[in-house]
Amino acid sequence: MIASPELRAVRAEARRRRRLVLALLSTMVLGVIGLSLCVGHSFVPPGAVIAALTGAADGGEAFTIRVLRAPRAVLACLAGMCFGMGGAAFQTLLRNPLASPDIIGISAGASAAAVWCIVVLGLSGMAVSVAAVTAGLGVAALIYVLAWRGGTAGTRLILVGIGISAMLQSFIAYVLTQAPSWSLLEALRWMTGSLNAAQIDQAMPLAVALAVFGGVLFALRRDLETMRMGDDTAAGLGVAIDRVRAIVICAATALVAFATAAAGPVAFVAFLSGPIAARLAYRGGSILVPAALTGAALVLLADFAGQVLLPTRYPVGIVTGMLGAPYLVLLIVRDNRRGTSL
Amino acid sequence: MSRDRTLSSRPVGVAILIGLLILAGLLSVTFGARVTGWTEIRAGLGGDVRTVGGAAVASRVPRTALAALAGGALGLSGAVMQGITRNPLADPGILGVNAGAALAVVVTLAVGGLVPLEVYLWTAIAGAAVAAIAVYLIAGLGAGGATPLKLALAGAAITAALTSLTTAVVLPRGDIAGLVQSWLVGGVGGATWDRIAPVLPVMAFGAVISLACARKLDTLALGDETAAGMGETVWRARLVAAAGAVALCGAATAACGPIGFVGLVVPHLCRLVFGVSYRWILPTSIASGAALLVVADVAGRIVLRPAELDVGIVTAFLGAPVFIAIVRHRRVSAL
Amino acid sequence: MTDAALVIEDLSAGYGDGVVLRDLSLSIPKGQITAIIGANASGKSTLLRAMSRLLAPRTGRVLLDGHAVHSMAPRRVARRIGLLPQTPVAPEGITVLDLVSRGRHPHQGAFGRWRREDEEAVADALSITATSDLADRFVEDLSGGQRQRVWVAMALAQRTDILLLDEPTTFLDINHQVEVLDLLADLKDARGTTIVMVLHDLNLAARYGDLLIAMVTGRIARRGPPRDVLDEEMLEQVFRLRARVMADPVTGKPMMIPLGRHSQGHAIP
Repeated sequence: MIASPELRAVRAEARRRRRLVLALLSTMVLGVIGLSLCVGHSFVPPGAVIAALTGAADGGEAFTIRVLRAPRAVLACLAGMCFGMGGAAFQTLLRNPLASPDIIGISAGASAAAVWCIVVLGLSGMAVSVAAVTAGLGVAALIYVLAWRGGTAGTRLILVGIGISAMLQSFIAYVLTQAPSWSLLEALRWMTGSLNAAQIDQAMPLAVALAVFGGVLFALRRDLETMRMGDDTAAGLGVAIDRVRAIVICAATALVAFATAAAGPVAFVAFLSGPIAARLAYRGGSILVPAALTGAALVLLADFAGQVLLPTRYPVGIVTGMLGAPYLVLLIVRDNRRGTSL
Repeated sequence: MSRDRTLSSRPVGVAILIGLLILAGLLSVTFGARVTGWTEIRAGLGGDVRTVGGAAVASRVPRTALAALAGGALGLSGAVMQGITRNPLADPGILGVNAGAALAVVVTLAVGGLVPLEVYLWTAIAGAAVAAIAVYLIAGLGAGGATPLKLALAGAAITAALTSLTTAVVLPRGDIAGLVQSWLVGGVGGATWDRIAPVLPVMAFGAVISLACARKLDTLALGDETAAGMGETVWRARLVAAAGAVALCGAATAACGPIGFVGLVVPHLCRLVFGVSYRWILPTSIASGAALLVVADVAGRIVLRPAELDVGIVTAFLGAPVFIAIVRHRRVSAL
Repeated sequence: MTDAALVIEDLSAGYGDGVVLRDLSLSIPKGQITAIIGANASGKSTLLRAMSRLLAPRTGRVLLDGHAVHSMAPRRVARRIGLLPQTPVAPEGITVLDLVSRGRHPHQGAFGRWRREDEEAVADALSITATSDLADRFVEDLSGGQRQRVWVAMALAQRTDILLLDEPTTFLDINHQVEVLDLLADLKDARGTTIVMVLHDLNLAARYGDLLIAMVTGRIARRGPPRDVLDEEMLEQVFRLRARVMADPVTGKPMMIPLGRHSQGHAIP
């Protein structure tokens, strides 16, 4: 029997829409990168930006571009992609738009370790990053083990994560009270997520993490999509669910932890990217790549807004955090109208 | 059979509970950076502050009273919330109600400077109420209503959003950051009678309303439709009980800062000992909550001696494992 | 003895500490419809889950062509055995076409391209279940009967020669129940598909099943063609129900009528 032409038409339409969304998101990310390179305290024309980046120009302006703005934009883009992809992977795996790593304790684990290092041990830079990544993975493993009862159920995983998260938040609050006043604001700023200290050598580990763990998630995207239909159906379709779940959790945790180590737990990017991408992209397919692009656009835009558009300079996490509250309200309004389940 | 056993053991349980509370109070005035002897305790309780020990005891009395009051309020408030939402995981901390109160207090402090407790008490209660309503609305969306999972997630999401807003308020204000941060941990250290007096009437009001709702909560436990069938106006019963619970935890938060998990753990313990009727759970939750928070406070004074661990940290580290145990030991379908 | 599609040997299985199935042996005949019946908590769904590899056995094994399914690669099993769970979850915002296409998952590699035969299997599944017209609709907008047909279509797109279904007619109106069961019977006739399903409705089970398996507390109480299984003695033993069984006037297969306490005196002619 020959596949009907209508089916092919439906599929082609979906593919076209998907490519369009990817193209639009990529353009947007590149556009905001360009914008944040040109606009800051002072305006630098695009030509001069290119000259500075290629090393053709020297002087104060080139310094601003090469040392201040470019690393910041690169880091924002990479961290956003990691957050967006990691968050979307968790939301897809746990079948719940609220179940993102910043809600279920992964980010809290990385933050607790980082704050401890900054405030109590007085460390900075690479050591803090290593501690944050290790702690993020450790907390994810702990949640997984505690939720294990002859197989993991998504529900139990989320709830155990919330419990652990509450405990860690309390620990963080305690460590912050021990902070001398001069480092309290610094720690607070780190806690909300900030790109103020962005340096270009932070970008390399993040890019490698994105390539490795993002690649793993991308390879598993079909299994992940199939698991959205429930564990039983997915197992019936030949997905090794416990193995896929363990790998996805590890890879997504690593993405989020590396990004957290580089930029702090930028609030709500992991939480918002997936649903926004799902809204834009064709909703039947995998949203991992659109979510990564959305995450990058979110962080870049929020950082640009925090630096240039708002009256007081706010770190990027404050801006994204303020987007989170209205999104929750939007969920209420939308679902009240549609009456579907979260 | 088990019903008979529960009934006969209830008076014993109550007696043990009262004994525990008294013991906790005695421990609380005895232990601290300095361990006081019996004569010093007598002297301190009698108002004699001429010796160091007597002064220490005298300063521990209001602290103990505040811990007991806040613990009782949080325990009762948690029990009522579990009843209203028919949800074993409800707790002012988990549901984001504490975060709402905290944001309101921080905004008040940032705008009004160091206003007295009488002022931010009311904003704390308002913040708690708004957060409670928002969480309940978000969790109640869609098919299946407010399941434990959706409530917990909505609470965590609201907490994250409110925490972010709280930081946004604090960041440009280096002058109040330290003060706010120490308040955000939740503790009863440095309590004075002046700090207790304003919250007392609010707590009393909340307690009376909550206790009066025991029968309504027992009916609600059978499901909304059954409760309606038994002549209960479901939304009104919920609203009244919620008002009591919000007043209780708002007042406790205003006086001590956000303290989590007491409201979660206490009702479960009471349910184990006294059975499922809210007419027993509610009053015993007050006594158990009080005893728990006083003991937690004592523990916080002992573990890092001579430094102190705020009671909010202690309850989080005691409570989170209990929360996880509850999650683990329930059938997933029941969540 | 007819060819067996699946052979179950000394199977014990359960959840947590509880054992639901005890030392159960059974062979599922090829190209026939096997209906599993039994009271609540008798282990029907557990048996189906163990057969479909969702539940690992404590002891014993399930053999597919002589290989234990629990030690085969998941995808390999999924190319042979299709499964429709009791309450499948449709992701929000998925179209019928996409949902049915996911039945092709076990036939694709990690980077596998969508091939012509995949498209054919999907088009075929849609047309058999009469859901081609719904292809670009969202699953959440469909009626209960349509939705169930779409799920069956997904299982069909998997192109397996064994199909396991856990109460495929739950929550459906009686007309849709018959519609889904007719569809399964067509499939058996046209393709020789082996079908195993858990059914609640005893009369429909007797009507559509070639083989009935009656379960009680994790054991098989009776098995055989409907005529040998659905009788008053079995109903008393398995369901603790007094009932009358008679030939149904249309097909001649057995049909049961429960006797409540209030039918005394009227039931016996």
